[in-house]
Amino acid sequence: MVEAGWFSTGETAEGWVLRAGGRWTIATAPDLDPRLRGLVPPKGPGASFDLSAVETLDSAGAWLLHRTRKDFIERGVMVDVVNVNPAVAGLLGRVEEADQPMATGRPAASAITRFLAHVGESSTTVFKEGRNLLGFFGLTAAVGFRTLLHPGRLRGKSLVNNMEQVGINALPIVGLLSFLIGVVLAYQGADQLRRFGAELFTVNLLGVSILRELGVLIASIIIAGRSGSAFTAQIGTMKVNQEVDAIEALGLDPIEILVLPRMLALVLTLPFIVFFADVLGLLGGALMSFVALDISLGQFLRQLNDAITTTTFWVGVVKAPVFAFIIALVGCYCGLKVQGSAESVGRLTTQSVVESIFLVIVADAAFSILFSYLGI
Amino acid sequence: MGEPIIRVRGLKTRFGRQVVHDGLNLDVEGGEVLGIVGGSGTGKSVLLRCIIGLITPAAGRIEVLGRDTFALDRAEAQALRTHWGVLFQDGALFSSLTVAENVQVPMREHTKLEPRLRAELARIKINLVGLPSDAGAKYPSELSGGMRKRAGLARALALDPEIVFLDEPTAGLDPIGASDFDSLIRNLQQSLGLTVFMVTHDLDSLHAICDRIAVLIDKQTVVGTLQDHLANPHPWLQAYFHGPRGRAALAS
Repeated sequence: MVEAGWFSTGETAEGWVLRAGGRWTIATAPDLDPRLRGLVPPKGPGASFDLSAVETLDSAGAWLLHRTRKDFIERGVMVDVVNVNPAVAGLLGRVEEADQPMATGRPAASAITRFLAHVGESSTTVFKEGRNLLGFFGLTAAVGFRTLLHPGRLRGKSLVNNMEQVGINALPIVGLLSFLIGVVLAYQGADQLRRFGAELFTVNLLGVSILRELGVLIASIIIAGRSGSAFTAQIGTMKVNQEVDAIEALGLDPIEILVLPRMLALVLTLPFIVFFADVLGLLGGALMSFVALDISLGQFLRQLNDAITTTTFWVGVVKAPVFAFIIALVGCYCGLKVQGSAESVGRLTTQSVVESIFLVIVADAAFSILFSYLGI
Repeated sequence: MGEPIIRVRGLKTRFGRQVVHDGLNLDVEGGEVLGIVGGSGTGKSVLLRCIIGLITPAAGRIEVLGRDTFALDRAEAQALRTHWGVLFQDGALFSSLTVAENVQVPMREHTKLEPRLRAELARIKINLVGLPSDAGAKYPSELSGGMRKRAGLARALALDPEIVFLDEPTAGLDPIGASDFDSLIRNLQQSLGLTVFMVTHDLDSLHAICDRIAVLIDKQTVVGTLQDHLANPHPWLQAYFHGPRGRAALAS
């Protein structure tokens, strides 16, 4: 149990006196604070604080005494502090010196103003982000062409390493998910098409949807979550550790060293990942067709052959390098935008994933419009 | 002097096969400034982290304020932690909170102070460590290294602890900033009646503010005043205190 701090007030021969005693520490402050705030100063012009009975005083207690005294003085009552133990006098002095007004942040605005400000800020941020991303695209393109003229400057080892990281290591998860999507799609398709007695067209549904859209979208979204975020975190951590500054200070180009190998690795590997996703998605569909519809693998392949052409496949795969480019661009851009703290790395990693998935889907929509216009 | 405020007996710590301390003893007296020095890798920071309970040693006993730190249950350990404040090397401020909020974190967790009083006390602490008046509303990433250390010290002092642990308080500061920080520590130590446990490499601070110095050599400590160490014939101590930097610090 905490020993208490106490005070009492009253008129004496010397006038109005506040006698303080016991422990005036941070532990007793919650108890003393409201009572001191509620204290009514005397009518007379003078008062004194008698500290003779104070056993322990820390800076919280000293602040309470000082604040009360200041309160009194503001209300026109002069206060003498008497019988101060020399051991606590220094502390009282320090706290008094430290009582400087603190500049606060911006004054609090009303809720409506804040809401409007937030809306405005967010809208301008969208445009600024877009402009900056476009700027980064231009910068990367310029460095990319320069490297194309001097292929020797490309960091081969980094490129191969990144290809392994983003490509080969991603195969199990991409494969598993595509397989499951194939299973689900076949099952749902069979269920609906059976009503029309058109079960066999499940194969057409599978072939077209997986090859044209789902294979490439699923692969891209997984890679955005897996590799895009990794790019941001890797480059962001290097930024926090000032490695990026070191690269620049050594007369090297961070875009050439950090961004190009990652971007190239992703652009080169994503089409293969998409191919892999296509194959496993169709396999999943074939398995489900066999189980639910009794379509053998031979039948499945024959029907698939009728349903699709090589164009169907290429329409899917041709999108892959573009999506890869978007994912790498956003990932690296967010990484280089990191500032100062570890918190910033986390925030931008989230932003990188959200933004790249958003842009991938927007680009997919654009491709759909383009292909329908071209009649593919 | 009475009972030591920190008592370390037979401390043994190791990481894998590497033994850092072996049978280390150390007493810290109340109200003194004890400097801990030693070569790189001799376990200065490890000793600090053992005492504040971040590392559990392989063997040995550590008493702080008369209580065995490894025999306490969770609540008792929490209560004991309010009796000390720690300043980590770069301040270790919470980056998502402003300086004033950082200082209020220990108060919010361990006391029942009203928000208004918490804010007032935080303001006092921030002024006590000599930060400019606009620092309270800033985020740690907006402060310089020296200001972050001062803000870290303000947070360490938030609960008016009896003991303050400082891990290389002057590392990374310019000479003027470092000597300002030294006098700040001395000043606060006297006015708040603190016991200071300071890991340092700075010969100037050893000279300026430490009452006693504990040197980590051969997995043990050699404790004494600066004069004792100067007279000690141990080759490492000779090299440390009589090297060019040591001489320069003493001459000043």
